[in-house]
Amino acid sequence: MPSSDYDSASLPDLLPLYYRRLFPFSQYYRWLNYGGVQKNYFQNREFSFTLKDDIYVRYQSFTTQNELEKEMQKMNPYKIDIGAVYSHRPSQHNTVKSGTFQALEKELVFDIDMTDYDDVRSCCSAADICSKCWTLMTIAIRILDRALRDDFGFQHLLWVYSGRRGVHCWVCDEAARKLSVAARSAVAEYLSLVKGGEETMKKVSLSDPIHPFIRESLLVVEQYFPRYGLQEQDILGRKESVDKVLGLVPEDVRKDLQQDFQNERKPEVRWKLIRDHATKKKAAGKKGHHFDKEIMLQYCYPRLDVNVSKGVNHLLKSPFSVHPKTGRISVPIDLKELDRFDPFAVPTISLICEELDRPRIGEEEEKAEDDKDKENEKDAAERRKIRDYKRTSLAKYVKCFDQFLDGIAQSRKGELLRKSDLQKDF
Amino acid sequence: MQFGSRRRKIINSAQTELYGHSVQFYGQPPLENISLTEFETFAVERLKLLKTVETLGVSFVKHSEQYSKKLESEFKNLNFPYRPETVSIEFEKRRKDHISHFILRLAYCQTEDLRRWFIQQEVDLFRYRFNDLPPKQKLEFLHRNNLQYDTISVEEKKALQDKLVNSSYAVSGITVEDQDFYKVPFQDALDLVRTRKVYLKAGYVYIPHQDIVTIVLNDFRTRLSKALALTARSLPAVHSDERLQPLLNHLSHAYVGQDYSIQKNVGKISLDQIDSLSGKSFPLCMRQLHQALRENHHLRHGGRMQYGLFLKGIGLSLEQALQFWRSEFIRGKVDADKFDKAYAYSIRHMFGKEGKRTDYTPYSCMKVILSNPPSQGDHHGCPFRHSDPELLKQKLQVYKVSPSGISQIEDSSFSLNHPNQYFVESQKVLGGGKDIKRETDPQQRSQENATTRASTAAQDTAAKDVAEMTEDLDSFFQDG
Repeated sequence: MPSSDYDSASLPDLLPLYYRRLFPFSQYYRWLNYGGVQKNYFQNREFSFTLKDDIYVRYQSFTTQNELEKEMQKMNPYKIDIGAVYSHRPSQHNTVKSGTFQALEKELVFDIDMTDYDDVRSCCSAADICSKCWTLMTIAIRILDRALRDDFGFQHLLWVYSGRRGVHCWVCDEAARKLSVAARSAVAEYLSLVKGGEETMKKVSLSDPIHPFIRESLLVVEQYFPRYGLQEQDILGRKESVDKVLGLVPEDVRKDLQQDFQNERKPEVRWKLIRDHATKKKAAGKKGHHFDKEIMLQYCYPRLDVNVSKGVNHLLKSPFSVHPKTGRISVPIDLKELDRFDPFAVPTISLICEELDRPRIGEEEEKAEDDKDKENEKDAAERRKIRDYKRTSLAKYVKCFDQFLDGIAQSRKGELLRKSDLQKDF
Repeated sequence: MQFGSRRRKIINSAQTELYGHSVQFYGQPPLENISLTEFETFAVERLKLLKTVETLGVSFVKHSEQYSKKLESEFKNLNFPYRPETVSIEFEKRRKDHISHFILRLAYCQTEDLRRWFIQQEVDLFRYRFNDLPPKQKLEFLHRNNLQYDTISVEEKKALQDKLVNSSYAVSGITVEDQDFYKVPFQDALDLVRTRKVYLKAGYVYIPHQDIVTIVLNDFRTRLSKALALTARSLPAVHSDERLQPLLNHLSHAYVGQDYSIQKNVGKISLDQIDSLSGKSFPLCMRQLHQALRENHHLRHGGRMQYGLFLKGIGLSLEQALQFWRSEFIRGKVDADKFDKAYAYSIRHMFGKEGKRTDYTPYSCMKVILSNPPSQGDHHGCPFRHSDPELLKQKLQVYKVSPSGISQIEDSSFSLNHPNQYFVESQKVLGGGKDIKRETDPQQRSQENATTRASTAAQDTAAKDVAEMTEDLDSFFQDG
């Protein structure tokens, strides 16, 4: 699907169109309002905008959906970030007595960025991504989604493509939004297996017993490793790469493997040799026999930035925000189609704006309807807007978002019923 | 006479109830009157105890034999309760424990930093004492303090047996059979979750009775944290008592060593000195950061914070800092405009000129070692804790740390716990006109000694490897 040649210079023209006719405001408000159960939840939410010329404004807040729309249409932000729900309206934080303005709640979020894998991908580096290394994101989503649901009991997870080189996860359960800094950091640490900076060669170390969480994660990694690691990234093919991998096995095993590899060139066979050595070491009852698993994890396991997840007041890029460099919209990812997700097929703002102009069949009938409802103009405008995004590539992503919101609404209904049952007198 | 003793007996039975257990949650404040002398003595002695807890916690693996021995002797010296004996024997000590805790609350509730420190030491202290209790007394403590969690059925235990055994080194098949397992919401067991030492399912952790201490600790920490917040609100009333205010101030300042927050020698260092200073007087972590900055013309956030605050501590002014970072970043991918918009803000923030205007203090070694470990692309952290042994060895060789003999610096019991302290001491030595090379070596050594101690304190095996490694390095240097 063509992305209709995006040029960041055209943003000033495209953004007004985007915010006027395409941005899914009603769904957005439905999300952040969370059913209006908690007073002022939407009103006390912080947004931050990056405007033209890199002007950055924080502590934006809005009282209604309408106000949000009007402001965004006025400011045409290049980037939108979502922050925490505070104790007071963020836009009035200066009037509040010092020390009492506090961040109270926020979704638990995760940010997986491809640059954190630069030491283990050979196809790209820095801001670049390709279909080969995108598998890393697929693996990350599978592992983290399972863990957050099965281990932590969270149910309402929104996975979003960041627009360039990563994915974000928004955990929206009520329990998640109420987590303390310590709890968020504990969750992030539980999910972290790859540790170490530039100066560390071996970033994963496993010891017995292997925790069920690690076992489950390995199941996912093992699914993708043969094709992703051995074929696409060819980690056991090129010499520098082989040396790096062998640097992760114990010294005695390394010497043997170096010899073996002189006679064996096929990556799949080389990998089998490594695994066999691990099995041997385990059978001999020696320690440090998990190196095959450690290799797979170092090359594939999700790397998340704990600092992003820790802070209750941390600002994170909003879903449906535009990425100024690529023009791509930060769209929700449908996990049912995860293996087929292609970041290069994600619509850009230029594409969807162009799609707005494409003529549609049956447009005359709709025009007649419009004339009928001339008294209720707002309604007609609303309907037109709904029809607007529906005729673009954005449609399926908004639908995905709708399904996510339906799920939250269902849970909320169930919870209210339960609470009212408890309160009934029998 | 009789009247007096009868009165004493009545008080004793009420206090027996309060002090019936050697360990307590400090839920109820003391209600009696005490003299000012006792007030001061109790407070100072508890502070000494807490400082010992802190130092021992960094120098030794917590709950190792050495740690326990040293802590117990400190209990004895300062006359704090450490034995679960009967009330009558330990009454005075428990009373002191109770009162001194509450006095220190007054001193340590005032700022975020003070609260954090106080809570950390009290939690460590509590952990030590609770762990020391025999099992029956542990149960008794739980019941006294209303910690009720549900146990899981025998069938559920059987079904989860493998997972339970594989989740924790300490849980065997026998443990699962013999002990009750409690289902606890994960938010109440964060330490176990963070280190992945427990089985977690659908938001609940499954804890054998023997491990209930972690839960108790969490509870203790939460209660104390809330209590401190409340205490802070009643402070004005306390401070209005002139007898107490000077003492409380003295107590809360006693815990911080030099924190290098007050800038001395502002502007005495010029930017073109930094390169040579980094070779002569910067500790290894800062030298590494400086080099990475020069090479890549960029540093990530963690590195900017650690290095930027260090530079502030050695005397760079805000204008100098802006110039320094700007000129370096411009050489990289950042243009002047972008720097002014994006990065300048955070530098001004460091100097307390933006946002909530906190004048951030340069990180101590403890902070560098224990918080925000570096990940891919980062250059911050402590090389003695966060680097690969091989790489660290290489680096030290490159920096020409040659094995050197004794020097006056070493003799002067110089213990390092802050990067800026390293800088100051190094400059002092260099300023004294001594031979440069010889002097920096022992500096490097004692720094490495300090971090060896700090490294051995960490509880995961990775840190133990580092400890072994630094001991090897030590002997490497001694062998010439």
